[in-house]
Amino acid sequence: MEEFQEQEYEFLRRLEEERIGRRSLLKRGLVAGAGLTILSSPAAALAARKQALKEPPLLGRTLSLKEFVAEAKKEGRLNVIALPPDWANYGEMISTFSKKFGIPITSADPDASSAQENQAVRSLKGDPRAPDVLDVGPSFAIDGANEGLYAKYYTTNFRKVPRAMKDGRGFWVGDYWGVVSMGVNTAVVPNVPKSWKDLLKPEYKNKVALNGSPLSSGSAVAGVFSASLANGGSLNNIGPGIDFFARLKSVGNFIPVQATPQTIASGQTPITIDWDYLNLAYGKNFPAAKIKTVIPSDGVYGAYYCQAINATAPHPWAARLWQEFLYSDQGQLIWLKGFSHPALFNDMVARKVVPKALIDALPDPAAYAKVRFANRKQIADARSTIKTDWPGKVGA
Amino acid sequence: MLPFFAYALFFLLLPAGNVLTGAFQSGKDGGFTFDNVAALFDEPYRTAFRNSIEVSLVTAFLGGIVGLLIAYAAIRDGSPRWIRTALTTFSGVAANFAGIPLAFAFIATLGTIGVVTQFMTERLGLNPYEHGFSLFSKTGIEIVYLYFQIPLMILVISPAVDGLRREWREASASLGANAFEFWRYVGFPILFPSLLGAIVLLFGNAFAAYATAYGLTGGGVSLVPIVIGFFLSGDVLDDPHLGQALAFGMFAVLGVMMLIYVPLQRISSRWVR
Repeated sequence: MEEFQEQEYEFLRRLEEERIGRRSLLKRGLVAGAGLTILSSPAAALAARKQALKEPPLLGRTLSLKEFVAEAKKEGRLNVIALPPDWANYGEMISTFSKKFGIPITSADPDASSAQENQAVRSLKGDPRAPDVLDVGPSFAIDGANEGLYAKYYTTNFRKVPRAMKDGRGFWVGDYWGVVSMGVNTAVVPNVPKSWKDLLKPEYKNKVALNGSPLSSGSAVAGVFSASLANGGSLNNIGPGIDFFARLKSVGNFIPVQATPQTIASGQTPITIDWDYLNLAYGKNFPAAKIKTVIPSDGVYGAYYCQAINATAPHPWAARLWQEFLYSDQGQLIWLKGFSHPALFNDMVARKVVPKALIDALPDPAAYAKVRFANRKQIADARSTIKTDWPGKVGA
Repeated sequence: MLPFFAYALFFLLLPAGNVLTGAFQSGKDGGFTFDNVAALFDEPYRTAFRNSIEVSLVTAFLGGIVGLLIAYAAIRDGSPRWIRTALTTFSGVAANFAGIPLAFAFIATLGTIGVVTQFMTERLGLNPYEHGFSLFSKTGIEIVYLYFQIPLMILVISPAVDGLRREWREASASLGANAFEFWRYVGFPILFPSLLGAIVLLFGNAFAAYATAYGLTGGGVSLVPIVIGFFLSGDVLDDPHLGQALAFGMFAVLGVMMLIYVPLQRISSRWVR
């Protein structure tokens, strides 16, 4: 990570210089042009400008929103992938963007995984249906960047994104984060568990579910991470988390059903280990289930997702406009309304632009104080441990 | 013939060839290796194959026998005509009702707070989950698979049952054979090739089923197609060549089934000619 930061500084500095250089050059050129012939200079300036607009910029700040919108409108469409409408409020994000800029969005394969997103970039190269923008897990973002799947782009607010949540080379930028939580259907489970330890109690027999198998779902891996932190493990050692689920299974509390909105609403998965923003959203969407979201007191594990632009995007301008929208206050608040913590959350709180109601809808900020994020190596190690140990210890 | 060969080439031979070559390629340098196929005999893949074969065998045999009995009961002489029509229609629908919707239907019926489970707990005072039953286990998967295996068997075996002529029974009866002797020497030998073929079909049907088991257990019970799914579309495992090796293992299992099936069928179909 360190060398990326160095690179970032260097890169931004050079860009800044270049930008200033180009602008002053342009000014000088205009002055010179005006001196020579008054009639031709506006046309020449316009032509120069048009030339500049052919290629989408590297830095969002170099152009006005209007110019972005105009270029994106020419492309007339934006392709997104793997954005479930009930995930982090992406439904509202998509409809607001479409309405605000008058650009229709094609949303492909909402339930696709990060691996499938990168695969779509690879296999749909040159196809007008290829995704323009991606929302992938960090390890996939790093792989995708190294493989050259993404385009470099610094959104206007890039600098305000916390250092640990962005790629110094500008290939991807963290978008929102959440922590592992327990979504408790209080219509079925009156006694709300507070910690991972509580889940072992006999009263939770056949009641605890994960949001998928950790052999395929990154968010289920996060659940195991959280359990590990609570049971003497660490970010470097996920073993105790696997052992915890094995114990949960042997006492009969773990049900290996993949939790989905349907199972949650109907109470088939009364205690669901899932991201806080998903559980909070289920609470709002399924009032009858009376879902209470608990951040376990003994292990708080968080993770963020990343935004990236397809290097061969069929609508490169619309893709950049989408990112500008996501990192605007309006976009960030839409994520927050979906109960995830957007990347610029701290900045917006400092600027006092977050409505109180939105903050109140989240669990107590103190619960998030101990949040831990794993780095790429820790995640990779955890995955290989899960790959070898999970099927034998927890799977059948 | 040309359309058939084109179809077979693009949808059967090319993909199968791709899997076969990929199964013997190294993930690192693309060179030839036996490592992937050798890994199939290690855990956890050995368990996945054992589970898959077990679930397929159990549901193929149970589904085959139950399906045959139902088909015979509905089709034999004396059963009203409408029963047969109703049964075939129902079977046509049920045999195709699989995947996530079927899994969820069962979760809502036999899940921890499913309708039947609730009824048994409240009215009969017997919660099946307290007595070792779980829908989210191998047994659960087998029960759910039977839901589409039996109707499929009924559809496949009905024409053969239909082919048992009333005259044969009458002839054997007039020669002094009782019901057991009729079945032992006439009915069963005639049905046997079709029965065998149908069971092999059911085995393949269960062996390749993916979405139902996935929707039911989220991969909690390890089956080969689910493990392959993890390799192809998951966020965690990332080794396509091992996935292809698993697919190759499925070919091998089905190949063995065919090796057993073909000679048996050849012997038993002598009677039908």
